[in-house]
Amino acid sequence: MALLTAKGLFLGYEGQSVAENISFTVEPGDYLCVIGENGSGKTTLIRTILGLVKPLSGQIALGEGLEKNQIGYLPQQDEIQRDFPASVEEIVLSGNLHHLGWHPFYRKEDRARAKEAMEKMGILHLAQHPYRALSGGQQQRVLLARALVAADRLLVLDEPVSGLDPVVTAEMYSLIRTLHEEGMTMIMITHDVTTALSEATHILHMGKTVFFGTKEAYLEQEKGEEQ
Amino acid sequence: MDKLIMYLQYPFVRYAIIVGVLIALCSSLLGVTLVLKRFSFIGDGLSHVAFGAMAIATVLKVSNDMLLVLPITILCAILLLRTGRNTRIKGDAVIAMISVGALAFGYLLMNLFPTSSNLTGDVCSTLFGSTSILTLKPSEVWLCAVLSVIVITIFILFYHRIFSVTFDENFALATGTRVDIYNLMIAVVIAVIIVLAMNLVGSLLISALVIFPALSAMRLFQSFKKVTICSAILSVFGALAGLIISILADTPVGSTIVACDVVIFGLCYLIGRVKK
Repeated sequence: MALLTAKGLFLGYEGQSVAENISFTVEPGDYLCVIGENGSGKTTLIRTILGLVKPLSGQIALGEGLEKNQIGYLPQQDEIQRDFPASVEEIVLSGNLHHLGWHPFYRKEDRARAKEAMEKMGILHLAQHPYRALSGGQQQRVLLARALVAADRLLVLDEPVSGLDPVVTAEMYSLIRTLHEEGMTMIMITHDVTTALSEATHILHMGKTVFFGTKEAYLEQEKGEEQ
Repeated sequence: MDKLIMYLQYPFVRYAIIVGVLIALCSSLLGVTLVLKRFSFIGDGLSHVAFGAMAIATVLKVSNDMLLVLPITILCAILLLRTGRNTRIKGDAVIAMISVGALAFGYLLMNLFPTSSNLTGDVCSTLFGSTSILTLKPSEVWLCAVLSVIVITIFILFYHRIFSVTFDENFALATGTRVDIYNLMIAVVIAVIIVLAMNLVGSLLISALVIFPALSAMRLFQSFKKVTICSAILSVFGALAGLIISILADTPVGSTIVACDVVIFGLCYLIGRVKK
Protein backbone atom coordinates (compact mmCIF):
# COMPACT_ATOMS: atom_id res chain seq x y z
CA MET A 1 0.00 0.00 0.00
CA ALA A 2 1.37 3.40 -0.95
CA LEU A 3 1.67 6.29 1.46
CA LEU A 4 -0.12 8.54 -0.98
CA THR A 5 -2.10 7.72 -4.12
CA ALA A 6 -3.47 10.29 -6.54
CA LYS A 7 -5.74 9.21 -9.36
CA GLY A 8 -6.88 11.41 -12.24
CA LEU A 9 -6.60 14.66 -10.31
CA PHE A 10 -7.96 17.85 -11.85
CA LEU A 11 -6.71 20.80 -9.84
CA GLY A 12 -7.83 24.38 -9.66
CA TYR A 13 -9.84 27.04 -7.90
CA GLU A 14 -13.49 27.88 -8.37
CA GLY A 15 -13.95 25.64 -11.39
CA GLN A 16 -10.89 27.15 -13.12
CA SER A 17 -8.62 24.22 -13.84
CA VAL A 18 -4.84 24.70 -13.62
CA ALA A 19 -3.68 21.11 -14.00
CA GLU A 20 -5.37 18.10 -15.48
CA ASN A 21 -5.34 14.36 -15.16
CA ILE A 22 -2.52 13.89 -12.68
CA SER A 23 -1.88 10.45 -11.26
CA PHE A 24 1.00 9.34 -9.09
CA THR A 25 1.87 7.27 -6.05
CA VAL A 26 4.32 7.85 -3.25
CA GLU A 27 5.75 4.78 -1.52
CA PRO A 28 7.45 4.92 1.88
CA GLY A 29 11.05 6.04 1.41
CA ASP A 30 10.46 7.79 -1.92
CA TYR A 31 11.90 11.20 -2.73
CA LEU A 32 9.52 12.73 -5.22
CA CYS A 33 10.38 15.97 -6.97
CA VAL A 34 7.57 17.95 -8.55
CA ILE A 35 8.87 20.06 -11.41
CA GLY A 36 7.23 22.23 -14.05
CA GLU A 37 6.88 25.84 -15.14
CA ASN A 38 5.30 28.55 -13.04
CA GLY A 39 1.54 28.30 -13.26
CA SER A 40 1.57 24.58 -13.96
CA GLY A 41 -0.20 23.99 -10.67
CA LYS A 42 2.66 22.75 -8.47
CA THR A 43 1.63 24.73 -5.42
CA THR A 44 -2.02 23.87 -5.97
CA LEU A 45 -1.03 20.21 -6.00
CA ILE A 46 0.71 20.61 -2.66
CA ARG A 47 -2.26 22.42 -1.19
CA THR A 48 -4.47 19.61 -2.42
CA ILE A 49 -2.22 16.95 -0.86
CA LEU A 50 -2.39 18.82 2.43
CA GLY A 51 -6.15 19.06 2.20
CA LEU A 52 -6.19 22.86 2.03
CA VAL A 53 -8.08 22.80 -1.27
CA LYS A 54 -10.29 20.14 -2.77
CA PRO A 55 -9.48 18.71 -6.20
CA LEU A 56 -12.01 19.57 -8.92
CA SER A 57 -12.22 15.90 -9.64
CA GLY A 58 -10.20 12.74 -9.12
CA GLN A 59 -9.08 11.16 -5.91
CA ILE A 60 -6.27 11.52 -3.47
CA ALA A 61 -5.87 8.90 -0.78
CA LEU A 62 -3.49 8.37 2.10
CA GLY A 63 -2.38 4.88 3.00
CA GLU A 64 -0.29 2.96 5.54
CA GLY A 65 -2.23 4.52 8.38
CA LEU A 66 -0.97 8.01 7.52
CA GLU A 67 -3.27 10.73 8.79
CA LYS A 68 -3.68 14.06 7.08
CA ASN A 69 -2.26 15.95 10.04
CA GLN A 70 0.85 13.78 10.09
CA ILE A 71 2.24 15.41 6.98
CA GLY A 72 5.04 17.85 7.73
CA TYR A 73 4.82 20.96 5.61
CA LEU A 74 7.49 23.49 4.72
CA PRO A 75 5.59 26.38 3.15
CA GLN A 76 7.06 29.28 1.26
CA GLN A 77 7.59 32.19 3.56
CA ASP A 78 5.51 35.30 3.27
CA GLU A 79 6.09 38.88 4.35
CA ILE A 80 4.24 38.45 7.63
CA GLN A 81 6.67 35.80 8.82
CA ARG A 82 9.84 37.60 7.84
CA ASP A 83 9.06 40.37 10.30
CA PHE A 84 7.32 38.32 12.98
CA PRO A 85 8.49 38.73 16.57
CA ALA A 86 9.01 35.14 17.65
CA SER A 87 11.88 33.11 19.00
CA VAL A 88 13.15 30.05 17.16
CA GLU A 89 11.91 27.80 19.95
CA GLU A 90 8.40 29.25 19.86
CA ILE A 91 8.13 28.52 16.16
CA VAL A 92 9.52 25.00 16.31
CA LEU A 93 7.25 24.20 19.27
CA SER A 94 4.22 25.25 17.25
CA GLY A 95 4.73 22.15 15.09
CA ASN A 96 3.34 20.23 18.08
CA LEU A 97 -0.04 21.86 18.00
CA HIS A 98 -2.01 18.89 16.74
CA HIS A 99 -0.38 16.62 19.35
CA LEU A 100 -1.94 18.72 22.06
CA GLY A 101 -5.52 17.55 21.81
CA TRP A 102 -7.37 19.37 24.56
CA HIS A 103 -4.26 20.38 26.48
CA PRO A 104 -3.88 24.14 26.51
CA PHE A 105 -0.09 24.08 26.93
CA TYR A 106 2.88 22.14 25.59
CA ARG A 107 3.98 19.17 27.65
CA LYS A 108 7.44 17.81 28.41
CA GLU A 109 7.39 15.39 25.48
CA ASP A 110 6.43 18.20 23.10
CA ARG A 111 9.39 20.25 24.26
CA ALA A 112 11.69 17.24 23.93
CA ARG A 113 10.46 16.67 20.39
CA ALA A 114 11.14 20.29 19.48
CA LYS A 115 14.61 20.10 21.00
CA GLU A 116 15.41 16.98 19.03
CA ALA A 117 14.30 18.57 15.78
CA MET A 118 16.37 21.70 16.46
CA GLU A 119 19.38 19.53 17.21
CA LYS A 120 18.94 17.67 13.93
CA MET A 121 18.76 20.93 12.02
CA GLY A 122 21.80 22.33 13.85
CA ILE A 123 19.90 25.29 15.27
CA LEU A 124 19.70 24.32 18.93
CA HIS A 125 22.14 27.09 19.86
CA LEU A 126 19.73 29.58 18.23
CA ALA A 127 16.69 28.43 20.24
CA GLN A 128 16.23 31.74 22.07
CA HIS A 129 17.24 33.91 19.12
CA PRO A 130 14.71 36.08 17.33
CA TYR A 131 13.52 34.49 14.12
CA ARG A 132 13.48 37.70 12.11
CA ALA A 133 17.16 38.35 12.80
CA LEU A 134 18.24 35.03 11.25
CA SER A 135 19.63 34.56 7.76
CA GLY A 136 17.40 33.08 5.06
CA GLY A 137 19.04 29.68 5.34
CA GLN A 138 18.67 29.59 9.12
CA GLN A 139 15.01 30.59 8.82
CA GLN A 140 14.42 27.69 6.46
CA ARG A 141 16.07 25.34 8.97
CA VAL A 142 13.71 26.61 11.64
CA LEU A 143 10.67 25.95 9.46
CA LEU A 144 12.06 22.54 8.50
CA ALA A 145 12.52 21.73 12.20
CA ARG A 146 8.89 22.71 12.77
CA ALA A 147 7.82 20.38 9.95
CA LEU A 148 9.86 17.59 11.57
CA VAL A 149 8.12 18.18 14.87
CA ALA A 150 4.76 17.91 13.14
CA ALA A 151 5.48 14.73 11.22
CA ASP A 152 7.78 11.79 11.24
CA ARG A 153 7.00 10.02 7.99
CA LEU A 154 6.18 12.39 5.16
CA LEU A 155 7.50 15.89 4.49
CA VAL A 156 6.13 18.20 1.83
CA LEU A 157 8.57 20.96 0.87
CA ASP A 158 7.48 23.92 -1.23
CA GLU A 159 10.55 25.44 -2.94
CA PRO A 160 12.77 25.00 0.11
CA VAL A 161 15.73 26.88 -1.39
CA SER A 162 14.08 29.84 -3.09
CA GLY A 163 16.00 33.01 -2.34
CA LEU A 164 19.01 31.23 -0.84
CA ASP A 165 22.56 31.63 -2.10
CA PRO A 166 24.36 28.66 -3.73
CA VAL A 167 26.35 27.61 -0.64
CA VAL A 168 23.30 27.66 1.63
CA THR A 169 21.25 25.97 -1.07
CA ALA A 170 23.73 23.08 -1.18
CA GLU A 171 23.61 22.82 2.62
CA MET A 172 19.83 22.76 2.56
CA TYR A 173 19.74 20.00 -0.04
CA SER A 174 22.23 17.93 1.90
CA LEU A 175 20.12 18.36 5.03
CA ILE A 176 17.06 17.14 3.16
CA ARG A 177 19.07 14.24 1.71
CA THR A 178 20.13 13.21 5.22
CA LEU A 179 16.53 13.23 6.39
CA HIS A 180 15.57 11.11 3.40
CA GLU A 181 18.36 8.65 4.08
CA GLU A 182 17.11 8.37 7.65
CA GLY A 183 13.81 7.12 6.30
CA MET A 184 11.72 10.23 5.73
CA THR A 185 9.55 10.23 2.65
CA MET A 186 9.85 13.49 0.71
CA ILE A 187 7.73 15.42 -1.73
CA MET A 188 9.54 18.53 -2.94
CA ILE A 189 8.50 21.24 -5.34
CA THR A 190 11.40 22.80 -7.17
CA HIS A 191 12.27 24.97 -10.17
CA ASP A 192 15.65 23.41 -10.37
CA VAL A 193 15.52 20.42 -12.72
CA THR A 194 19.21 19.61 -12.33
CA THR A 195 18.87 19.21 -8.59
CA ALA A 196 15.66 17.29 -8.96
CA LEU A 197 17.46 14.81 -11.20
CA SER A 198 20.39 14.40 -8.84
CA GLU A 199 18.42 14.19 -5.58
CA ALA A 200 15.09 12.57 -6.32
CA THR A 201 14.07 8.97 -6.79
CA HIS A 202 10.85 9.89 -8.60
CA ILE A 203 9.81 12.78 -10.81
CA LEU A 204 6.41 14.32 -11.36
CA HIS A 205 6.55 16.75 -14.27
CA MET A 206 3.56 19.05 -14.50
CA GLY A 207 2.62 21.13 -17.51
CA LYS A 208 1.17 20.42 -20.93
CA THR A 209 2.39 16.86 -20.77
CA VAL A 210 2.28 15.21 -17.39
CA PHE A 211 4.96 12.68 -16.57
CA PHE A 212 5.24 10.53 -13.50
CA GLY A 213 7.80 7.82 -12.92
CA THR A 214 11.22 7.05 -11.61
CA LYS A 215 14.07 9.39 -12.31
CA GLU A 216 15.58 6.86 -14.69
CA ALA A 217 12.39 6.59 -16.71
CA TYR A 218 12.22 10.39 -16.88
CA LEU A 219 15.78 10.58 -18.24
CA GLU A 220 14.97 7.90 -20.81
CA GLN A 221 11.94 9.82 -21.96
CA GLU A 222 13.84 13.10 -22.21
CA LYS A 223 16.50 11.32 -24.27
CA GLY A 224 13.82 9.89 -26.53
CA GLU A 225 12.37 13.33 -27.11
CA GLU A 226 15.72 14.82 -28.04
CA GLN A 227 16.33 12.27 -30.78
CA MET B 1 -1.07 64.27 44.98
CA ASP B 2 -3.66 65.44 47.51
CA LYS B 3 -6.01 66.12 44.67
CA LEU B 4 -5.54 62.56 43.43
CA ILE B 5 -6.18 61.05 46.86
CA MET B 6 -9.25 63.21 47.19
CA TYR B 7 -10.57 62.01 43.86
CA LEU B 8 -9.86 58.39 44.77
CA GLN B 9 -12.41 58.73 47.58
CA TYR B 10 -15.15 58.86 44.97
CA PRO B 11 -16.43 55.47 43.88
CA PHE B 12 -16.85 56.59 40.26
CA VAL B 13 -13.15 57.39 40.02
CA ARG B 14 -12.26 53.99 41.44
CA TYR B 15 -14.64 52.33 38.99
CA ALA B 16 -13.05 54.25 36.15
CA ILE B 17 -9.59 53.08 37.16
CA ILE B 18 -10.62 49.42 37.58
CA VAL B 19 -12.42 49.35 34.26
CA GLY B 20 -9.68 51.28 32.53
CA VAL B 21 -6.98 48.84 33.62
CA LEU B 22 -9.06 45.81 32.66
CA ILE B 23 -9.91 47.17 29.24
CA ALA B 24 -6.31 48.18 28.59
CA LEU B 25 -5.16 44.69 29.52
CA CYS B 26 -7.68 42.96 27.24
CA SER B 27 -7.19 45.23 24.28
CA SER B 28 -3.42 44.80 24.34
CA LEU B 29 -3.54 41.00 24.40
CA LEU B 30 -5.01 40.58 20.97
CA GLY B 31 -3.32 43.68 19.61
CA VAL B 32 -0.21 41.73 18.73
CA THR B 33 -2.22 39.22 16.73
CA LEU B 34 -4.23 41.92 15.00
CA VAL B 35 -1.20 43.91 13.97
CA LEU B 36 0.69 40.87 12.76
CA LYS B 37 -2.23 39.42 10.87
CA ARG B 38 -2.79 42.79 9.19
CA PHE B 39 -6.19 42.88 10.83
CA SER B 40 -5.81 46.31 12.42
CA PHE B 41 -8.43 47.71 10.06
CA ILE B 42 -11.04 45.24 11.30
CA GLY B 43 -10.79 46.79 14.73
CA ASP B 44 -11.31 50.18 13.20
CA GLY B 45 -14.31 49.06 11.16
CA LEU B 46 -15.90 47.35 14.13
CA SER B 47 -15.58 50.39 16.32
CA HIS B 48 -17.68 52.34 13.84
CA VAL B 49 -20.24 49.57 13.79
CA ALA B 50 -20.34 49.78 17.57
CA PHE B 51 -21.03 53.50 17.25
CA GLY B 52 -23.96 52.80 14.92
CA ALA B 53 -25.29 50.18 17.31
CA MET B 54 -24.92 52.59 20.20
CA ALA B 55 -26.99 55.15 18.30
CA ILE B 56 -29.74 52.56 17.79
CA ALA B 57 -29.61 51.70 21.48
CA THR B 58 -29.90 55.37 22.42
CA VAL B 59 -32.84 55.94 20.09
CA LEU B 60 -34.63 52.83 21.31
CA LYS B 61 -33.88 53.92 24.87
CA VAL B 62 -32.56 50.47 25.81
CA SER B 63 -31.72 50.53 29.50
CA ASN B 64 -28.43 48.64 29.24
CA ASP B 65 -27.09 49.54 25.81
CA MET B 66 -24.30 46.96 25.94
CA LEU B 67 -26.90 44.22 25.56
CA LEU B 68 -27.72 45.54 22.10
CA VAL B 69 -24.32 46.83 21.04
CA LEU B 70 -22.44 43.65 21.89
CA PRO B 71 -24.44 41.20 19.73
CA ILE B 72 -24.53 43.59 16.75
CA THR B 73 -20.78 44.14 16.89
CA ILE B 74 -20.06 40.42 17.25
CA LEU B 75 -22.28 39.68 14.27
CA CYS B 76 -20.45 42.26 12.18
CA ALA B 77 -17.09 40.88 13.28
CA ILE B 78 -18.09 37.47 11.99
CA LEU B 79 -19.37 38.96 8.73
CA LEU B 80 -16.22 41.01 8.19
CA LEU B 81 -14.01 38.04 8.81
CA ARG B 82 -15.92 35.87 6.37
CA THR B 83 -15.64 38.40 3.55
CA GLY B 84 -12.17 39.56 4.45
CA ARG B 85 -10.61 36.14 4.29
CA ASN B 86 -10.94 35.19 0.66
CA THR B 87 -9.62 38.24 -1.09
CA ARG B 88 -7.78 40.94 0.75
CA ILE B 89 -8.82 43.93 -1.38
CA LYS B 90 -12.47 43.05 -1.56
CA GLY B 91 -12.44 42.55 2.21
CA ASP B 92 -10.90 45.99 2.69
CA ALA B 93 -13.63 47.61 0.66
CA VAL B 94 -16.35 45.78 2.57
CA ILE B 95 -14.93 46.95 5.86
CA ALA B 96 -14.74 50.53 4.64
CA MET B 97 -18.33 50.28 3.45
CA ILE B 98 -19.70 48.84 6.67
CA SER B 99 -17.75 51.16 8.94
CA VAL B 100 -18.54 54.40 7.14
CA GLY B 101 -22.12 53.30 6.60
CA ALA B 102 -22.57 52.53 10.29
CA LEU B 103 -21.06 55.87 11.24
CA ALA B 104 -23.37 57.79 8.90
CA PHE B 105 -26.53 55.94 9.93
CA GLY B 106 -25.61 56.24 13.58
CA TYR B 107 -25.32 60.00 13.36
CA LEU B 108 -28.43 60.23 11.21
CA LEU B 109 -30.48 58.25 13.70
CA MET B 110 -29.28 60.36 16.59
CA ASN B 111 -30.26 63.47 14.66
CA LEU B 112 -33.68 62.24 13.61
CA PHE B 113 -34.61 61.02 17.05
CA PRO B 114 -32.75 63.23 19.48
CA THR B 115 -33.02 61.94 23.03
CA SER B 116 -31.51 64.94 24.72
CA SER B 117 -31.06 68.60 23.97
CA ASN B 118 -27.29 68.27 23.79
CA LEU B 119 -26.96 66.17 20.62
CA THR B 120 -23.43 67.26 19.75
CA GLY B 121 -22.32 66.41 23.26
CA ASP B 122 -23.87 62.94 23.01
CA VAL B 123 -22.22 62.20 19.69
CA CYS B 124 -18.92 63.57 20.87
CA SER B 125 -18.90 61.43 23.99
CA THR B 126 -19.75 58.29 22.00
CA LEU B 127 -16.98 59.04 19.53
CA PHE B 128 -14.34 60.19 21.96
CA GLY B 129 -15.59 58.66 25.20
CA SER B 130 -15.17 61.95 26.98
CA THR B 131 -17.29 61.26 30.04
CA SER B 132 -18.80 57.79 29.87
CA ILE B 133 -15.96 56.22 31.83
CA LEU B 134 -16.76 58.47 34.78
CA THR B 135 -20.48 57.73 34.74
CA LEU B 136 -20.28 53.94 35.02
CA LYS B 137 -22.87 52.18 37.12
CA PRO B 138 -21.79 49.27 39.36
CA SER B 139 -23.64 46.86 37.07
CA GLU B 140 -21.58 48.06 34.11
CA VAL B 141 -18.39 47.69 36.09
CA TRP B 142 -19.36 44.09 36.87
CA LEU B 143 -20.23 43.32 33.27
CA CYS B 144 -16.93 44.77 32.20
CA ALA B 145 -14.99 42.79 34.82
CA VAL B 146 -16.66 39.51 33.88
CA LEU B 147 -16.09 40.02 30.17
CA SER B 148 -12.46 40.96 30.80
CA VAL B 149 -11.86 37.83 32.83
CA ILE B 150 -13.42 35.74 30.06
CA VAL B 151 -11.26 37.42 27.41
CA ILE B 152 -8.07 36.95 29.43
CA THR B 153 -8.89 33.31 30.21
CA ILE B 154 -9.60 32.53 26.57
CA PHE B 155 -6.36 34.19 25.56
CA ILE B 156 -4.28 32.21 28.05
CA LEU B 157 -5.93 28.87 27.28
CA PHE B 158 -5.59 29.32 23.53
CA TYR B 159 -2.29 31.18 23.59
CA HIS B 160 -0.32 28.57 21.62
CA ARG B 161 -3.08 28.14 19.08
CA ILE B 162 -3.39 31.87 18.61
CA PHE B 163 0.35 32.06 18.07
CA SER B 164 0.27 29.31 15.50
CA VAL B 165 -2.67 30.71 13.58
CA THR B 166 -1.07 34.16 13.60
CA PHE B 167 2.37 33.04 12.53
CA ASP B 168 1.43 30.65 9.76
CA GLU B 169 -2.17 29.97 8.94
CA ASN B 170 -1.35 27.52 6.14
CA PHE B 171 0.88 25.38 8.30
CA ALA B 172 -1.66 25.33 11.10
CA LEU B 173 -4.34 24.35 8.62
CA ALA B 174 -2.16 21.65 7.08
CA THR B 175 -1.51 20.03 10.44
CA GLY B 176 -5.18 19.85 11.21
CA THR B 177 -5.79 22.97 13.29
CA ARG B 178 -9.30 24.35 12.86
CA VAL B 179 -8.06 27.74 11.74
CA ASP B 180 -11.53 29.01 10.85
CA ILE B 181 -12.77 28.39 14.39
CA TYR B 182 -9.83 30.24 15.91
CA ASN B 183 -10.23 33.13 13.49
CA LEU B 184 -13.87 33.28 14.49
CA MET B 185 -12.92 33.23 18.14
CA ILE B 186 -10.42 36.05 17.58
CA ALA B 187 -13.08 38.09 15.79
CA VAL B 188 -15.64 37.59 18.56
CA VAL B 189 -13.11 38.50 21.23
CA ILE B 190 -12.14 41.63 19.31
CA ALA B 191 -15.78 42.62 19.12
CA VAL B 192 -16.15 42.18 22.88
CA ILE B 193 -13.01 44.22 23.52
CA ILE B 194 -14.17 47.00 21.25
CA VAL B 195 -17.54 47.29 22.92
CA LEU B 196 -15.80 47.37 26.30
CA ALA B 197 -13.29 49.92 25.16
CA MET B 198 -15.97 52.25 23.85
CA ASN B 199 -16.61 53.23 27.46
CA LEU B 200 -13.01 54.12 27.98
CA VAL B 201 -11.85 55.95 24.90
CA GLY B 202 -14.88 56.19 22.63
CA SER B 203 -15.33 54.47 19.32
CA LEU B 204 -12.96 56.58 17.23
CA LEU B 205 -9.95 56.00 19.42
CA ILE B 206 -10.30 52.27 20.12
CA SER B 207 -7.87 51.20 17.42
CA ALA B 208 -5.17 53.21 19.16
CA LEU B 209 -5.71 51.20 22.34
CA VAL B 210 -5.38 47.95 20.42
CA ILE B 211 -2.49 48.84 18.15
CA PHE B 212 -0.10 51.16 19.98
CA PRO B 213 0.93 48.87 22.87
CA ALA B 214 1.57 46.02 20.43
CA LEU B 215 3.65 48.19 18.12
CA SER B 216 5.58 49.64 21.06
CA ALA B 217 6.35 46.19 22.47
CA MET B 218 7.48 44.98 19.05
CA ARG B 219 10.16 47.70 19.03
CA LEU B 220 11.62 46.32 22.26
CA PHE B 221 11.26 42.53 22.17
CA GLN B 222 11.73 39.76 19.68
CA SER B 223 9.75 36.82 20.99
CA PHE B 224 5.99 36.46 20.87
CA LYS B 225 5.67 35.81 24.59
CA LYS B 226 7.78 38.79 25.59
CA VAL B 227 6.02 41.06 23.11
CA THR B 228 2.62 39.98 24.45
CA ILE B 229 3.57 40.49 28.11
CA CYS B 230 5.30 43.77 27.40
CA SER B 231 2.38 45.13 25.43
CA ALA B 232 0.01 44.23 28.26
CA ILE B 233 2.22 46.08 30.75
CA LEU B 234 2.64 49.12 28.50
CA SER B 235 -1.08 49.25 27.82
CA VAL B 236 -2.04 49.12 31.50
CA PHE B 237 0.62 51.69 32.30
CA GLY B 238 -0.59 53.98 29.53
CA ALA B 239 -4.20 53.70 30.67
CA LEU B 240 -3.31 54.39 34.31
CA ALA B 241 -1.11 57.32 33.42
CA GLY B 242 -3.76 58.71 31.09
CA LEU B 243 -6.51 58.36 33.67
CA ILE B 244 -4.50 60.02 36.42
CA ILE B 245 -3.34 62.86 34.19
CA SER B 246 -6.85 63.45 32.95
CA ILE B 247 -8.17 63.60 36.52
CA LEU B 248 -5.45 65.98 37.66
CA ALA B 249 -5.29 68.15 34.58
CA ASP B 250 -8.99 67.99 33.74
CA THR B 251 -8.44 66.70 30.22
CA PRO B 252 -10.70 64.29 28.28
CA VAL B 253 -9.99 60.73 29.44
CA GLY B 254 -9.90 58.90 26.10
CA SER B 255 -7.63 61.23 24.22
CA THR B 256 -5.28 61.57 27.20
CA ILE B 257 -4.86 57.79 27.34
CA VAL B 258 -4.22 57.59 23.63
CA ALA B 259 -1.76 60.48 23.88
CA CYS B 260 0.10 58.53 26.59
CA ASP B 261 0.18 55.48 24.33
CA VAL B 262 1.61 57.59 21.51
CA VAL B 263 4.32 58.99 23.78
CA ILE B 264 5.16 55.46 24.98
CA PHE B 265 5.41 54.32 21.37
CA GLY B 266 7.77 57.19 20.62
CA LEU B 267 10.00 56.23 23.55
CA CYS B 268 9.99 52.55 22.59
CA TYR B 269 10.85 53.45 19.02
CA LEU B 270 13.84 55.45 20.20
CA ILE B 271 14.98 52.72 22.59
CA GLY B 272 14.62 50.16 19.82
CA ARG B 273 16.74 52.34 17.54
CA VAL B 274 19.45 52.81 20.13
CA LYS B 275 19.56 49.10 20.96
CA LYS B 276 20.22 48.25 17.34
